Amino acid sequence: MNLPRYVFRRALLGVVQVFLAMVLVFLLTEALPGDAAVTAAGDNPDPAIIELMREQLGLNAPWWHRLGEWMFGAVQGDFGRSLVGPRSVVDIIGSSVGPTLLLAMLTLALVVPVSLGLGILAANREGRLVDRVITSTTLGLYSVPEFAMGILLVTVFAVQLGWFPPTAVGGSALLSRPEVLVLPVLVLLLRPICSLSRLIRAGMIEALHSGFVQQARRCGLPPLRVQLAHALPNAAVPAVQQLARTTDWLIGGVIVVEAIFVIPGLGTTLIEAVSARDLPVVQGLSLVLASVTVLVNLAADIVARLLAPAAEVDG
Amino acid sequence: MESERSAVYSSDRSPVTRRGFLGLTAAAALAAGVSGCATGNSGSSAGAPRPGGRLRAVFPGGGADEVLDPHTTDLYAEVARAKALFDKLADYGSDMSPQPRLAERWESSADLLTWRVPLRQAAFHDGKPLRADDVLSSYARILRPDSTRRAKASLSVIDLANSRAIDDRTVEFRLKRPYAEFPNALATLGAYIVPEGAQHFDRPIGSGPFRFTSFEPGRSFLAARNPDYWDGAPHLDELEILVSNDESARVNALLGDQADYAHDLTATTARSHEEAGQIQIHRLPLSNFHALAMKVDRPPFDRREVRQAFFHLIDREELVRSVLQGSGEVANDLFGKNYQYYNDALPQRRQDLDQARALLRQAGAENLTVELLTSEASPGLREAALAIADQAKQAGVTVKVTLGNKDTYWSDIADRGSVVSYRSGAMPIESHISQRLLSGSTTNNTKWQRREFDELYHQAQATSDERARTELYMEMQRELFEEGGFLWWGVSDWIVASANRVGGIDDRAPANTLDWARFDKVWMG
Repeated sequence: MNLPRYVFRRALLGVVQVFLAMVLVFLLTEALPGDAAVTAAGDNPDPAIIELMREQLGLNAPWWHRLGEWMFGAVQGDFGRSLVGPRSVVDIIGSSVGPTLLLAMLTLALVVPVSLGLGILAANREGRLVDRVITSTTLGLYSVPEFAMGILLVTVFAVQLGWFPPTAVGGSALLSRPEVLVLPVLVLLLRPICSLSRLIRAGMIEALHSGFVQQARRCGLPPLRVQLAHALPNAAVPAVQQLARTTDWLIGGVIVVEAIFVIPGLGTTLIEAVSARDLPVVQGLSLVLASVTVLVNLAADIVARLLAPAAEVDG
Repeated sequence: MESERSAVYSSDRSPVTRRGFLGLTAAAALAAGVSGCATGNSGSSAGAPRPGGRLRAVFPGGGADEVLDPHTTDLYAEVARAKALFDKLADYGSDMSPQPRLAERWESSADLLTWRVPLRQAAFHDGKPLRADDVLSSYARILRPDSTRRAKASLSVIDLANSRAIDDRTVEFRLKRPYAEFPNALATLGAYIVPEGAQHFDRPIGSGPFRFTSFEPGRSFLAARNPDYWDGAPHLDELEILVSNDESARVNALLGDQADYAHDLTATTARSHEEAGQIQIHRLPLSNFHALAMKVDRPPFDRREVRQAFFHLIDREELVRSVLQGSGEVANDLFGKNYQYYNDALPQRRQDLDQARALLRQAGAENLTVELLTSEASPGLREAALAIADQAKQAGVTVKVTLGNKDTYWSDIADRGSVVSYRSGAMPIESHISQRLLSGSTTNNTKWQRREFDELYHQAQATSDERARTELYMEMQRELFEEGGFLWWGVSDWIVASANRVGGIDDRAPANTLDWARFDKVWMG
């Protein structure tokens, strides 16, 4: 299969995936007990007020009618309005996407070079002390969940040592005070670095022992060139796909990290929208997150194909 | 009733009522009595009040959907922001008696149907004076037919069409029925006065102690001192209200000098920081009441003896010790301990398993099994349910604890379950009765529907003589104490913390009352 056809097929599949995710999210949210009127009423659930709110919010219409209306609007770029406040969904997502994007970008920008470096280093010192230290540290850190890591780092480096601020409380202008980003990004980095560097190490070791690398060595190519041009591309195939999965995972990790460090991003907004049963916001966010996931995986598959065309990766 | 004087206005209350003052000192004595937990301002290094500085307060919030419309306040953060920018005609004192704010005082006709309210000389932030028309239009906005605003229920007693502005600074309210506690409605949550015609609150203009500077929903809010505030300019230059829904993040922000005031902490957190002295812990008493709500219209609680058996099988001290972690006190099966009109003449109930068993036998309900519905809608609900199940076992009662959905719990329990976990924030005893215990109450979760009880309440509201009215409240509470559906077992403190340099935090004000989160009286030392 040639590349353009492959890309087209994968993209088409992606659109279907996003569509299914949307319907699924709608049905799941619908299955949750209560609706926006009930949760907005809180501990003062006057039945007459709840009924009046339902009417105002259009919650009395059947679910397929509301889903259809929402889809129809979404296709035209109109994601509707929040059920809880006066803002539009696009406005809400727009104002919370920044912090999440910033966290994800910083994490991705750092995770690739660090894991490559660690993985290559460990592979070249296979079985020696450096390898053993890197291997046991990454294995150990990988098993610590983000929230535990976050709490631990805050306690030690923010509250006790006072090196970094413990939270990012105080608004969205994160870049104007980069010190608040250090601990959150560190928490997000640790686990992907562990998994990626281990994959790269394993792939590199396999590649270094393989016939074509031996051959390249015998031909007298410089060792660095052998490593980067011949061994790494093959070793990187599983790592690129793992990186895509890491990006999916980041979305989840970001939710945890945003909560611990009070970063008002998509994760925080999603949690609040779900607990308020603010369906349009939940759906808008799901659409964004599903699209990102599909796009990242599409990109990863294409890159993997370019790196190792021989290994047929089928979508 | 002295109906001959119906056209004459009788001065009912002076600006600071004697009753209110007594209630306040009583609460203070109480706080001192259980001392050891109340650090108060003694731990503060703030010194004497001095002007200047910015106070950064962290509250749990409502996220990206937050607005500054003061008529939609629901969360503590929203109330704190509304309170900084706006005023109500009245607010609740620390004993839940209404205290005049923008109202200079109130006077009622003898039939309690007409209330004349002279307004204070106050101005909005744009310099325009507060007028009677602002009050009427604010209430009209809350009472609009399509409005779902929280204050609507309390204010709907006003016959707006027949209420009027006598002059620029006097409002005359006509009521639909006699209502002696009408000032409670003026103080109700969300009944803020906004300038006539105000609809959008992107840059709100109020008459409050601070003027709006900036707002990012779910993130931060900044306001600056209003030097012309009628109640005296605040000490602070600026007030910043930040939002974090994570309790440990709020404490960490305080410890890490990112905040000066943290709202809503758990008793565990409070205890671990109390001794260290890095921050001040404030326990605001009488803030949160904890109960079981038994539905009196269905088995087994339709039998009075079963309800009384439950009153006797609860070990309230143990619940306060374990569930509230000592940060609170036992209640006596009645709402509103130490509030205005509270019946404190009744003996304190204690666990009496023999009595409980005897009552169950009497009801033919030995080896009773009941399902107790609870949830995590509020901290402590589930823990209390489990502890109560343990205690009930001692009297041979099997309590099966069921966990409900936390987001919809408060509306679920309207009809579900025969006994459910319950809690309530501070409100006047009158509001508690009218919202929850009358036949027509909207959130009557105990299904307490008795015509004679309704009659007592309405009689109290038609009684202008304070002593006679007080006696009617005592009678209502005696009835509830003997055979009501609410088992109020404890009342917990509301815990806030502040940096040591912060002075002027009132340690006696229950959450949501006038002196709670009153940042115009706070200073930075």
